[in-house]
Amino acid sequence: MTLDARPNKSHGRVGAIRSLLDSDFAHAFLHSKLAVAAALVTLTLVLVAALAPAIAPHDPFDLKSLNLLDSRLPPAWAQDGDLRYLLGTDEEGRDVLSAILYGTRISLTVGVLSVAFAAVLGIALGLCAGYAGGTIDALIMRAADVQLTFPAILIALLLDGTLRALFGARRSEILEFWVLVISIGLSFWVQYARTVRGSTLVEKGKDYVLAARLIGLHPALILVRHILPNVLGPVLVIATINLALAIITEATLSFLGVGLPPTQPSLGTLIRIGNDFLFAGEWWIAIFPGVTLAVLIVAINLLGDWLRDALNPRLR
Amino acid sequence: MLAFVIRRAVEAALVLLVVALIAFALFRFVGDPINQMVGLETSAEDRAQLRHALGLDDAVLMQFARFVWHAVHFDFGSSYQFKKPVIALIAERFPATLELSVVAALFALALGIPLGVYTAIHRQSLLTKLLLALSLVGISLPTFLIGILLIFVFSVSLQVLPSFGRGDVVALGFWSTGLLTVSGLKAIVLPAVTLGLFQMTLIMRLVRAEMLEVLRTDYIKFARARGLGDRAIHFGHALRNTLVPVITITGLQLGSIIAFAIVTETVFQWPGMGLMFLQAVQNADIPIMSAYLLLVALIFVIINLLVDLLYIAVDPRIRIAARDA
Amino acid sequence: MTSPLLCVRNLRVEFPTRRATLRAIDDISFDIMPGEVLGVVGESGAGKSVTGAAIIGLIDAPGRIAGGEILLDGQRIDQLPPAAMRSIRGKRIGMVFQDPLTSLDPLYRIGAQIEETIAAHTDLRGEAARRRAISLLAEVGIAAPEIRMDSYPHQFSGGMRQRVVVALALAAEPQLVIADEPTTALDVSVQAQIITLMKRLAQDHHVAIMLITHDMGVIAEAADRVAVMYAGRIVEIGPVQDVVHTPRHPYSQGLMGSIPRLDQSAGRLVAIPGAMPRLDAIPPGCAFHPRCPHAFARCIAEKPSLRPTGAGAAACWLFDVAKVTDGAA
Repeated sequence: MTLDARPNKSHGRVGAIRSLLDSDFAHAFLHSKLAVAAALVTLTLVLVAALAPAIAPHDPFDLKSLNLLDSRLPPAWAQDGDLRYLLGTDEEGRDVLSAILYGTRISLTVGVLSVAFAAVLGIALGLCAGYAGGTIDALIMRAADVQLTFPAILIALLLDGTLRALFGARRSEILEFWVLVISIGLSFWVQYARTVRGSTLVEKGKDYVLAARLIGLHPALILVRHILPNVLGPVLVIATINLALAIITEATLSFLGVGLPPTQPSLGTLIRIGNDFLFAGEWWIAIFPGVTLAVLIVAINLLGDWLRDALNPRLR
Repeated sequence: MLAFVIRRAVEAALVLLVVALIAFALFRFVGDPINQMVGLETSAEDRAQLRHALGLDDAVLMQFARFVWHAVHFDFGSSYQFKKPVIALIAERFPATLELSVVAALFALALGIPLGVYTAIHRQSLLTKLLLALSLVGISLPTFLIGILLIFVFSVSLQVLPSFGRGDVVALGFWSTGLLTVSGLKAIVLPAVTLGLFQMTLIMRLVRAEMLEVLRTDYIKFARARGLGDRAIHFGHALRNTLVPVITITGLQLGSIIAFAIVTETVFQWPGMGLMFLQAVQNADIPIMSAYLLLVALIFVIINLLVDLLYIAVDPRIRIAARDA
Repeated sequence: MTSPLLCVRNLRVEFPTRRATLRAIDDISFDIMPGEVLGVVGESGAGKSVTGAAIIGLIDAPGRIAGGEILLDGQRIDQLPPAAMRSIRGKRIGMVFQDPLTSLDPLYRIGAQIEETIAAHTDLRGEAARRRAISLLAEVGIAAPEIRMDSYPHQFSGGMRQRVVVALALAAEPQLVIADEPTTALDVSVQAQIITLMKRLAQDHHVAIMLITHDMGVIAEAADRVAVMYAGRIVEIGPVQDVVHTPRHPYSQGLMGSIPRLDQSAGRLVAIPGAMPRLDAIPPGCAFHPRCPHAFARCIAEKPSLRPTGAGAAACWLFDVAKVTDGAA
């Protein structure tokens, strides 16, 4: 009963790609129908969102193109529906389908940007805290503890409200957008910081760091070039799960009226607008964006779940 | 043991102090309190006089001390919007939020724990797969979306449950409760389910994950090797060991229900603190914002402390370590 | 001649994985007599623990018994439904694991854990069960058992915990106890105590013990017979004195030869060159042939079965055709 030992030769890039395709990781991915489906859905939504300006049948923001006579139309397959507006229109005559396309784009953009911001901030603080130790570490961790006492939504709300009050009347769309990104990002940095700090503490004691210090490398260089690549592993999993949370937070803030305004609506804003018309029987204005949002988040969550299981050495 | 409790209490007080600092900073430095209080026509001298009278000229530390002093006496100043003492406004709205939160928490626990146990024990059953799929949806849907969907089904289409308000309330001393009337009970169903659904799925997944881990341990294997029955193993050993770490996380999660209530109260127009806070944010009503912040921090800190004490009571290893500390 | 308590015949255990099916145990057969102590010795990964797990029916999925029979008192137990197997565990076959700390539920007092086992297998309840639990604790050498009944596992030292574990394994008076590395996690000074305890209890209660370990010293001390395992097969089995002093199989010879001795001075420690093969790369024929100094053509071609060598048996082609040697081939 002999089996050939697995071929262990990888020549350069071709070999690397082949061994990646042959690895347990790729195998698990391709064999998990859910993961593949989730990835496809996410990819589709991302693509569609990115191409929104090109493929949307109408431009919901071009006030001149709106026709009030076309307002409040139900979806195309219902009675009174119009094929030009596949999913119906809202009270101003905006095409729901186009609004959803643009809205998804905005939701995804805010989500990704805020996660990136949280990650960069959290990693930076985590590296500093772990490497420097002492007072800096204590300060950062205390701040993290205090922040962790509150759920992210509350912090995001608070920051949003504060920044609005600070900027007062000098509001603009771009400002609101970035205020939102920063608020959400600031409410999520803690997880990254904690994980990275833990890994940094472990790496700090290793020989290669000691060697780098002996050579006289500047601490910042050591952190970025040597320690950072080694602590990034768990960050990926956190980021994927975080993305879903960030999108939910943004949608919630927009729904509450303190997120993105109707002139730059995300899916959350669209749902808020549509909510007012639910009782009037014009359900499509809220339900379609709602379903899109739900599908988007479920797909990202599935991917994140799967990623976490695949990268967990204990479950292999 | 006493030393442990005291130490935790001191830590809690420190956290509260930091939050107070933030609340104070909000209060003092965001926008100008004077501008909020007076009209545009007020002269500069009158403003300066008012400023001095309110003590806004004093050293920052002094003002902070005064702020903390007032806070401890539950004096948070007056709301910019309503011109009423903040503490009165909060007292009015607090019962509504608390009742909603408690009912939601009970719902989450009563369903989450049994379902988590079931899905861990019967890993291959159809029901388990269905529940896991639904749970993924449960933690993916934003609370407001759940609320809207529930309203759409039960209020608009089926018309069996109300979609806003609290129903009829009964006043008991300074408390007003909606749980003693039929309309009150009907009114709390949808909001409580909305608020508790996310927590319920979280608890279910957590219990399941923990239990799966526990079922892999050596002592469970040894219990099987001793021929103990499934019931003793699952509901005796496995469940106890599962619940111990679950308690900590669950306790903290349930504390956050109070904060999530903001969204639910908005969707259902539930007259609670959360809705009031949201309006404060929209109108930059700083006194309410900072008071709400402190109150929520206090609640969280108390819950954290209670969870720690509960943990000690339940896990003999910690109990003995704490006793000897 | 009494009939054996436990009969294992041609047992095969496999672990299906994505790449291949790994055969952890490849056609092993042995008997355990009532009251006898059979040692099972070998390197890590040789299949010793899997054998114990297979007998008591606790192999971790996806592993499974792929062939052969296990007979307890003449009855097959390898294919019993779960409920029937549960009634055998504890009552007729007990098991002791390696790490006493993780073997005990940290949240329950040990008295409760003992009484629970007693209640599962006997009719004793309440005060009667408690008294039995106390007497069990006293028997395994725990001082002041009435008081220590109410202690938690983490309040005991390692050696005491293992005594408690032994008490738990014996609570329902099984006929066979499988001890999987019972002393490996303990201090050396405590190891001897536990071994002595187990030997005494085995005699007092007429319990057979399957003593799984990689420590030859423990085997020499406690076992009546010993089976040497390699790569999922039994390569030698016989009375412990024979196997330890005059090992027949080249692997056993290497094992015994590699044990350093205090009464001899040697220049170097003797080691067997190479390493035990991974389960997915087991050589054809005799699994040991790549490392064997006496290997010849037949060893590569055919897998040897156990052949009699005096009072024991060895799976080696050197012993074919009634060729009996003493020690050096």
